[in-house]
Amino acid sequence: MGDFDFLVIIESLPFLFDGLLISFQLTFLALLAGLAWGTILAVMRIWGPAPLRWFSAIYVNVFRSIPLILVIFWFYFLVPLLIGRPVGNFTSALIAFSLFEAAYYAEIMRAGLNSVSRGQVYAGLAIGLSPRQNLQYVILPQAFRNMIPVLLTQAIILFQDTSLVYVVALSDFMTSASTVAKVEGRLAEMYLFAALVYFLICFSGSMLVKHLQKKKVA
Amino acid sequence: MIKIDNIDKWYGDFHVLKSCSLEVERGEVIVICGPSGSGKSTLIKCVNALEPVDSGRIVVEETDVTDKGTKLPLVRARIGMVFQHFELFPHKTVIENLMMGQIKVLRRSQDEARQKAESLLKRVGLSDQADKYPSALSGGQQQRVAIARALAMDPIAMCFDEPTSALDPEMISEVLDVMVELAKEGMTMMVVTHEMGFARKVARRVVFMDQGEVKEIAPTETFFKNPESERAKEFLSKILAH
Ligand SMILES: Nc1ncnc2c1ncn2[C@@H]1O[C@H](COP(=O)(O)OP(=O)(O)OP(=O)(O)O)[C@@H](O)[C@H]1O
Ligand SMILES: [Mg+2]
Repeated sequence: MGDFDFLVIIESLPFLFDGLLISFQLTFLALLAGLAWGTILAVMRIWGPAPLRWFSAIYVNVFRSIPLILVIFWFYFLVPLLIGRPVGNFTSALIAFSLFEAAYYAEIMRAGLNSVSRGQVYAGLAIGLSPRQNLQYVILPQAFRNMIPVLLTQAIILFQDTSLVYVVALSDFMTSASTVAKVEGRLAEMYLFAALVYFLICFSGSMLVKHLQKKKVA
Repeated sequence: MIKIDNIDKWYGDFHVLKSCSLEVERGEVIVICGPSGSGKSTLIKCVNALEPVDSGRIVVEETDVTDKGTKLPLVRARIGMVFQHFELFPHKTVIENLMMGQIKVLRRSQDEARQKAESLLKRVGLSDQADKYPSALSGGQQQRVAIARALAMDPIAMCFDEPTSALDPEMISEVLDVMVELAKEGMTMMVVTHEMGFARKVARRVVFMDQGEVKEIAPTETFFKNPESERAKEFLSKILAH
């Protein structure tokens, strides 16, 4: 262990912390956008007219069949072409993640919506809620609540996946650690440290999921 | 007040309701019974259009429920519905369960809805449970909340689908008491139940259903003493044996 230089980690902490913030921001925003879009896709898939059902099914299957890294890469080139001006790598990565994650959240929310019993649907309609109100006030909140552990697990995966943004040179936590590693020539220290940080964050997340699942059973 | 006129309903190629007709007068309590699978729940769900019919008409106080142009939410809000498994909203507290429809459908103010909810909870003897979640209540309590939730919409009629059959025996009477009281106040009620004591106490007529048909409609005592059909006799001997 004598060759290890832990000072390099301490010295680069502020820089690494900025990277971690980017990772968190990306995770959080993509989670919100992906969940919103995914929920809409799930609703279309279950109750929509045939064309929307097909659209949703094709969307989900296409995005689940291509590697995320390609999606990130494409959007980096595609978005500026589509809107005619550069958008920056954070925005293009955020769009890529949101659209990609939506495919997974759509499947989770579909399971969640189907987990709400027919009796509950009847009960909401019976007090006079319109189908839309029933979805909003009765079905979705329960679907969402039933799926919280799964949604969180998917969020942990999303957080790990954000490390892929190195392909578009976005300085998230992983890219920052990698930069320090190369500049300082301290590959072992930095990559070990990066692994430790990812592990601690994701492990705490998993423990939280376990805790929530236990509470649900009880 | 509720006029079910020759309705037919199919689930795929299963004929679940066969030319059913039935009229319920204002203030009348009618009990519907019959073997499992005879279509009682389906019939009662058709009354507030939770299930569509394939032919025939159902008119509730001048409103044709089966007409495509009818605004169903407002009709449904005026017909209270109580289910076998209570179906309280598990993510809402008891009082919120009673307020949701008032606010979202009847557009009452928060204060007005709360007041109404509180007075109804008091009426079913559950004032002290207002802020709990349904899962913290016993079955009997949950069903009383469900009745209060339906009453919060100021319904012109109430439908009950086996309201006591999911309850432990010792909780049945607390729910029946609330229903008897409602009946005495003149509420129009359609009640699917096998509680024959309840039927004898408040129902003027009993409807017997079998295999999707309304087999018999008779005054309560006549039905118990002298059922016309063999099927009804058989059915009565089974449930009265308990
Ligand atoms: N959504 C549905 N799809 C297909 N068949 C159905 C559906 N709902 C009910 N059925 C069938 O229709 C028949 C009548 O059902 P219904 O629930 O009205 O009977 P019931 O008289 O209320 O019986 P129970 O006493 O068991 O509650 C049953 O054979 C049932 O299996
Ligand atoms: Mg039934």
